[in-house]
Amino acid sequence: MGDPKGFIKIRRKEAGYRPIYERIRDFSEVEQTLNTEDRKLQASRCMDCGVPFCHWACPVHSKIPDWQDALYRGDWQEASDLLHATNDFPEFTGRVCPAPCEISCTLAINDESVTIRENEAAIVERAFADGLIKPRPPLVRKNKKVAVIGSGPAGLSVAARLNRMGYSVEVFEKDDAIGGLLRYGIPDFKLSKNVIDRRLNILEEEGISFRPGVEAGKDLSAGDLLHSFDAICVAIGAGKPRDLNIPGRDLNGIHFAMDFLSFQNKLVQGNFQNGSPDIKAKNKDVVVIGGGDTGSDCVGTANRQGARSVTQLEILSKPEENKGYNPNWPWPQKNMKTSSSHEEGCKRMWSVASKQFIGSDNQVEEIEIVDVKWEKDENGRMQMKELPSSKRTIKADLVLLAMGFVHPVHEGLLDNLKVEYDQRGNVKGKSGHQTSVDKVFVAGDALTGANLVVTATYSGIQAARNIDRYLDI
Amino acid sequence: MAYLPPNSGLYNRQNEHDNCGIGFVAHVKGERSHGIVEKGLEVLANLRHRGAEGADSNTGDGAGITIQIPREYYMSQGIDLPEEGRFGTGILFLPQVEKEAQYCLDKLKEFAEEKGLELITTREVPVDPNEIGDLAREEQPIIRQVFLKADLSQDILERKLFILRRKLEKHIETSGLKDKERFYVVSLSSKVVIYKGLFTSLQLKNFYKDLNDERTISAIALVHSRYSTNTFPTWDLAQPFRMLCHNGEINSVQGNKYWMHARSSLLKTDMLGDEINEVLPVIQPDKSDSAALDNTLEFLVQSGKTLPHAMAMLIPESWNARNPIPDNVKAFYEYHSTFMEPWDGPAAVLFTDGRFIGGLLDRNGLRPSRYLLTDDDLMIMSSEVGVLEVPDKHVKEKGRLRPGKILMVDTLEGKINYDPEVKQELAMQKPYAKWLKEKEITLDDIPFAKKIPVGVGQDHDRMLLSFGYTLDEIKYIIHPMAQDAKEPVGSMGNDAPLAVASKMPQRLFNYFRQHFAQVTNPAIDSIREEVIMTLTGYIGSHQKNLLNDIPDHARMIKFLNPVITNKYLEILKNLKYKGFFTTTIPILFDAHAGPDGLKQGLEKICRKAEQAVDEGKDYIILSDRGISKDKAPIPSLLAVSAVHHHLIKKQKRIQIDIVIETGEPREVMHFALLFGYGASIINPYMAFAVIDQLVREHKLQMDYYTAEAHYTKAVRKGIFKIMSKMGTSTLRSYRGAQLFEAIGLNRKFVDEYFTGTASAIEGLGLEEIGWEALIPHKKAFSDQRINFNQEFQGTSYYRYDSEDHAWNPETIGYLQHAAWNNDQELYKKFSEASDRFTWAPGFVRGFLDFNRNPIDISKVEPAENIMKRFVTGAMSFGSLSKEAHETLAIAMNRIHGKSNTGEGGEDSRRYKVTSKGENKRSAIKQIASGRFGVTTHYLVNADEIQIKIAQGSKPGEGGQLPGTKVDSVIAKTRNSTPGITLISPPPHHDIYSIEDLAQLIFDLKNVNPEAKINVKLVSEFGVGTVAAGVAKGGADSIAVSGSEGGTGASPLSSILHAGLPMELGLSETQQTLVKNNLRDRVVLYTDGQLKTGRDVITAALLGAEEYGFATGALVTVGCILLRKCNLNTCSVGVCTQDPKLRERFIGKPEHVINYFRFLAEEIRHYLAELGFTKMEDIIGRSDLLFQRKDIDHWKLRNISLADVTHFPPEARENGIRKSVDQKPLPDDLLDRRLIEEAEPALSSQKTVNISHEIQNTNRATGAMLSYKVDKLYGEKGLPDDTINCYFKGSAGQSFGAFLKSGITFKLEGQSNDYLGKGLSGGKIIVKTADDAAFDPSKNIIIGNTTLYGATGGEVYINGLCGERFCVRNSGATAVVEGAGDHCCEYMTGGVAVILGEVGRNMAAGMSGGIAYVYNPNGDLDYFCNMEMVNLEIIEDFEDLITLKKLIQNHHEYTGSHLAGRILDNWEESLKDFIKVIPFEYKRHIEEQKLQELNQKINKYLPEQE
Repeated sequence: MGDPKGFIKIRRKEAGYRPIYERIRDFSEVEQTLNTEDRKLQASRCMDCGVPFCHWACPVHSKIPDWQDALYRGDWQEASDLLHATNDFPEFTGRVCPAPCEISCTLAINDESVTIRENEAAIVERAFADGLIKPRPPLVRKNKKVAVIGSGPAGLSVAARLNRMGYSVEVFEKDDAIGGLLRYGIPDFKLSKNVIDRRLNILEEEGISFRPGVEAGKDLSAGDLLHSFDAICVAIGAGKPRDLNIPGRDLNGIHFAMDFLSFQNKLVQGNFQNGSPDIKAKNKDVVVIGGGDTGSDCVGTANRQGARSVTQLEILSKPEENKGYNPNWPWPQKNMKTSSSHEEGCKRMWSVASKQFIGSDNQVEEIEIVDVKWEKDENGRMQMKELPSSKRTIKADLVLLAMGFVHPVHEGLLDNLKVEYDQRGNVKGKSGHQTSVDKVFVAGDALTGANLVVTATYSGIQAARNIDRYLDI
Repeated sequence: MAYLPPNSGLYNRQNEHDNCGIGFVAHVKGERSHGIVEKGLEVLANLRHRGAEGADSNTGDGAGITIQIPREYYMSQGIDLPEEGRFGTGILFLPQVEKEAQYCLDKLKEFAEEKGLELITTREVPVDPNEIGDLAREEQPIIRQVFLKADLSQDILERKLFILRRKLEKHIETSGLKDKERFYVVSLSSKVVIYKGLFTSLQLKNFYKDLNDERTISAIALVHSRYSTNTFPTWDLAQPFRMLCHNGEINSVQGNKYWMHARSSLLKTDMLGDEINEVLPVIQPDKSDSAALDNTLEFLVQSGKTLPHAMAMLIPESWNARNPIPDNVKAFYEYHSTFMEPWDGPAAVLFTDGRFIGGLLDRNGLRPSRYLLTDDDLMIMSSEVGVLEVPDKHVKEKGRLRPGKILMVDTLEGKINYDPEVKQELAMQKPYAKWLKEKEITLDDIPFAKKIPVGVGQDHDRMLLSFGYTLDEIKYIIHPMAQDAKEPVGSMGNDAPLAVASKMPQRLFNYFRQHFAQVTNPAIDSIREEVIMTLTGYIGSHQKNLLNDIPDHARMIKFLNPVITNKYLEILKNLKYKGFFTTTIPILFDAHAGPDGLKQGLEKICRKAEQAVDEGKDYIILSDRGISKDKAPIPSLLAVSAVHHHLIKKQKRIQIDIVIETGEPREVMHFALLFGYGASIINPYMAFAVIDQLVREHKLQMDYYTAEAHYTKAVRKGIFKIMSKMGTSTLRSYRGAQLFEAIGLNRKFVDEYFTGTASAIEGLGLEEIGWEALIPHKKAFSDQRINFNQEFQGTSYYRYDSEDHAWNPETIGYLQHAAWNNDQELYKKFSEASDRFTWAPGFVRGFLDFNRNPIDISKVEPAENIMKRFVTGAMSFGSLSKEAHETLAIAMNRIHGKSNTGEGGEDSRRYKVTSKGENKRSAIKQIASGRFGVTTHYLVNADEIQIKIAQGSKPGEGGQLPGTKVDSVIAKTRNSTPGITLISPPPHHDIYSIEDLAQLIFDLKNVNPEAKINVKLVSEFGVGTVAAGVAKGGADSIAVSGSEGGTGASPLSSILHAGLPMELGLSETQQTLVKNNLRDRVVLYTDGQLKTGRDVITAALLGAEEYGFATGALVTVGCILLRKCNLNTCSVGVCTQDPKLRERFIGKPEHVINYFRFLAEEIRHYLAELGFTKMEDIIGRSDLLFQRKDIDHWKLRNISLADVTHFPPEARENGIRKSVDQKPLPDDLLDRRLIEEAEPALSSQKTVNISHEIQNTNRATGAMLSYKVDKLYGEKGLPDDTINCYFKGSAGQSFGAFLKSGITFKLEGQSNDYLGKGLSGGKIIVKTADDAAFDPSKNIIIGNTTLYGATGGEVYINGLCGERFCVRNSGATAVVEGAGDHCCEYMTGGVAVILGEVGRNMAAGMSGGIAYVYNPNGDLDYFCNMEMVNLEIIEDFEDLITLKKLIQNHHEYTGSHLAGRILDNWEESLKDFIKVIPFEYKRHIEEQKLQELNQKINKYLPEQE
């Protein structure tokens, strides 16, 4: 531990964001960085707890106290090595992770938690800058091939780990570029795409073969896959968005958030292809339905596109304001979260349900909403009740549905492979990430349903371990 | 039941201990008389409180007497004896069956004739069995006396008798006699005869009628009264033995026995010739440590060594540079130390061969031994003074045995040989110094220029993996050792699974636990008492035969440091040119052959080692250099121990030494184990390579050599600590002593490779050990790139995917929210999560389940009853914040449970209930070795007083509270100085043995007759036996703590590697107490990671009545196991004194209560399941427990808990839970009369004067009187000199203990140990009679350990005192005319004036207070331990005033001539005074003065805005 008294002497200091007036004009990353000295001081606040709750809460179980210490000492190599030991892509999680670790940091009990996520990002950036992150191809190649379907965080993790163990790995991606949700789901202002490319270069140099633009199950049949590979790992994510089937749903101007976001991402990347829908918010009254992170990304993107107004609807009630500490520690407390995108201009409404889309000329113009109230029923379950006479309409030229995802897309690969699904429609995983079909494994959201980048990464790591166990007999 | 019962359950006869009272009376001129015999018996009678009684209160533990053969008396009994010296006699204990007895006698006759001895007659010894206890009588052997003669010179006759006895003993041992265990030759000699048996010290005389006859005359009488931990009737273990009697304990006895056995094939002596084979083995099996020492002494003497020579070989004094002894004597010791390892441990040994009679004390002087010489040539030596009353005017000399010193009376020459002459004579026998100079070389002095690499090259990481290194190990263990040159400190307990149950790969080291001393022998303070510690060792050409004094024994390589760098290993490999030969034996095995490869590998190295012996090599180097994909390292410990025991079995061990070059050991425990199982030198090359890398990566900001030196220093200190825990002070006696026990290794494996080591719960064998070595090796040599950054063991610090922990985020989170929100559901979740860990299994109890026979829960007693059995852990105010400490106390008082002060005193304001009705007083007051805050007032305000012998997390060690945590409030509570680190010594300096503990219990019962006395022990192999002794010592309650228990700060290795889990110690204690029929008089308490209802139920079934919770209770008030207690940075305000952090404390008594209520309800639920209505009914019902069958893990297949759940058959008759009280204090206590006579003072503060005769059996005089005063007048007591008591005679132990303000004791005569213990404001004056025939300033009049833990008051001693004057004094003022070793040790306050010489190691650990020493020789710096103090001349005005006033007082109170002389020449004398003051303390005083000055100045300054 750097300084046992660090947490007493040093206050939490966040790097913060670029000024709003500046950042809403571009799609560059909004978050700033601290100078090295301040960053080390922030690391010194880590107490190296006997029971590091952060490390427990972290889905990849990052060795947080250990790399905080290395960071404090300025040992970037060690810090980076430790980070990479549990997570192949700390540069992604360092940017986009909601940081459950910080919620469970023991300082969150009565103080402000350590800036764990920012510290992670700082380490990995410095390590890249100093050239400490180098390709580590396997020393010996095994004579076995693995196909990974999907190139999001789960797929990339599986691929990276298996490749390093000596397997020959091919990654198939239906989109035109590798990265899955990372590339086309998360806006550039949160995760710049050259950060992904930087990592992909390394993985490629380590010997992974990437096959973008190949849709497994279509361009490459399930049979071929099974025939050509010793194991297949399905990591296609939970691509099927939750829909809102209310009257007027078929009006124009109502889109799934992911379509909206990936369109913009492609624009930024400059590889927009003809034929994609042109979803733009410029000069429109935008309503985002769904109060989660994807919704928030839509808000930020809409503002950057020049929306006239942005409104975000959330059916659940407004969470409590952040008290500065976590009364439910070490478990998360549902607190108000205000993202950088919210700060950029957005009207947020809670406890409202959408009743119908109203429009003319087949184009949506308004949404009818109603206030709702949540109460416990006799079984202790929360039940929603509409408040009478609260019906009203709000303007909406562009409606973005950001209500989460139901399960992976079944059509195509999964159905062709004939994998079983669980009750929720996710791929049914037996022990060790195996599916009901021999040789076929599953990782990430396709297994668990939509979840965090860091969770998908962990799932990938575990799947790789299990595939190795399966193949290494 | 005959003699010691066989081992059953966890009871093991090996663990029996005894300590005793000893003494002798001798006529210096050899005049024989019956009076000497009578006086001997009188000494014995007056030592009766040092003996003990068993469950049957008439049967003593043993007593005996050695006298010269009373020839005339025997002749008067009709036996025709030749002249003196031409015959021998001996008393025999024979089988009870007449036929078998006769067989023994027949054999004796037969063998005697073979040896040319004629049996004159066999005599029935006249005894009176009515005089002894029932048990003793039942077990009484047939007792016969034989007389043998031969026409030989006496020395040859004596030797013949010795050979005859050995031959007979060996014959009967292997015979088919049913009752052969009863056969025992008490003595067989031409010089002395011994009468002994299973008596109390008063019964001996009446049992043996011979002793009462006027014609039974002798010039010597050596007596012994035994206090044994057991109550089994064993006639033969009574002492004296053939040549000696012993008070103490030989800690290293296991190793001593092995080494004696190992060297026996080499023993040759002209004295015994071929007959030596009839004598060997030297040591009789299955006897006590004292008996083994006696065997060895006798053997050496019969082989031609003189008595003092043999004694000095066996128990040498400390002869390092800090000891003022002549160089030729040092050479004598060094020469002998090359081939004879010390018998190490506390020991006062009295010995005689009929002509010489004398005594010897161990190097640390841990047993008292005082003597006086009368004007009619009687020498009386004993554990105590006053055992024979002699008026001062007839006393020529009063003295004591000093540490390591010898004293002998030669009754033939009629003179006394004092130590310097005896030792000089020994030293002059041979030119030892010359031999050493010529033959011995010192490793550290050999020049060597070649540079030896430290790194291990590109395979570094692979080797790390193969040897099982982990990142956290480097970070938390190796790095701090190299950084700070000391072992890392940890806090909280060990809540990770046992090695055997862990899912992580374990090193073999982790299956072992360190032994430690508790009660029966003291641990040593290896830091403050370094003067007696040494690691120096020798390898090389071992003696072929220790019985010859030849120069070649000195042909050795001496080394000062047994942990050597690569350079010195290289030297050792190349000493051929100096005439030393070695061979390197690889300890690698075929990695592809699986565990079989390991077996073959072991066989191969054993073979090679044997071959090396045959080839005459001096030492072998076992080496695991060169591991590869194909070659895996044999666990280094297994390699060493296998070779060690193989060579012992082949009787080839002594010829060769073991050096090991290994990558495996890195933490202190590893080194300790390697030494403990036989290694002489260790080269830990991988640890060095790690340090090298740390330096190269700048993780250590120093050059490599400094880091390396730091690391080896840390190891050395750690070894010292582990050795000293067992009271061992030299590595030579520690080596091979196997002071460890195993958990989770099976019997067969242990018997084969770790012969003689105790092993609990069975478990792994060679095959599993093989796999465990191969798993990491395979990983290390995988084809792929390896990643060391993923390797975490997670033993201390929780890491996911590493070691499991009972306290993990889930259990902590659930328990806190359950307690805070009073949420039963969350408690259930907590309890499930916690039990899941236990059940994994994480703890031993996880292997156990219980039978069910459900009843309705409504029938079960209410939770309130159960909560009364709950106790919170002993955590001091000082380690805990005030808020946390008081919260726990309030909570426990509300539920009628008990909280415990811990070792740190308690603010007396807490004794009164607050206006809001809050009771913050802790029911249990702890008294630990530091005696912090232990005032009379504190003790009087206790419901229960707990004597903390050991602490679960660091048993056998002292502790310290860092200065940063000592703020002004804490300093006040502890009677110390703010900012100054407080040290608790490893032992209680008034408990070096079991009878000392009985004395302390007696003291405490006197100072608070209402309180229950509890003794806290820590679970280890043998704890049950210790507990039996404690129960016999009068304790009302015994705590058996699990080694997993928490701590504020302990060395990491102690938290993890010392002591045993609660279950093992508890069940052993229960079984042993039941077997001894002692269980019903004590309450059993246990703790150690107890959390849930299941835990408590299991503990109850194993025998515990009360249950302790420390971590659990702390978690409810906010603790999150940061493990930062030692840093004062607890971020939740629980374990810190930082006011800012204390503000963060959120705990409330309700939280604690909620937890305990849920727990009690859960227990009720289990009781209903078990089918019992009351908790009481399940206590000790281990028959309801069974071992789970559903655990299927490759490492756990062979576990067996049969010994743990063993339900002793004696339980059918004997109580299995507490049902009766201990005997109350006797009615005839002197204090009861003092209280009566002091009535006017007690009722109305009138001055009273009281006079009494006093004798050594009057113990703890004044303690109960002080209790009365405190009860009536509170903390302040009475005005000075209100109650004045005048005594004449010899006061017993603890004279004036806890004496309160207002009481003055004046004693004319002398006193024993522990004078003024815990003095609380009273005044004690001890003066020599005016008509004394000796000079008081040269004679000793009070004993050892004076003013231990005194907090105030005054003491004046007109004479010398023993060791440890003013030890841990924190406030009393004392004047004495000369002191022994360790004067003012650990003192934190008060003033000591010593008007004469002091012994070695003065002021060790002294952090406060001042001593003034009159030192005309100007050599105080040599005797002073300068670690913490400055020596100054007296120039300060205040010093002058204080000193003069005290000397004037001394003169006035005692009439001291010395004081008079000093005062008469005050100006001159003053120059010879030296002031000893701790520098930290001095700085504090100066700061305080400055502050006061500033305040004064500020008063006159205009107020600022």
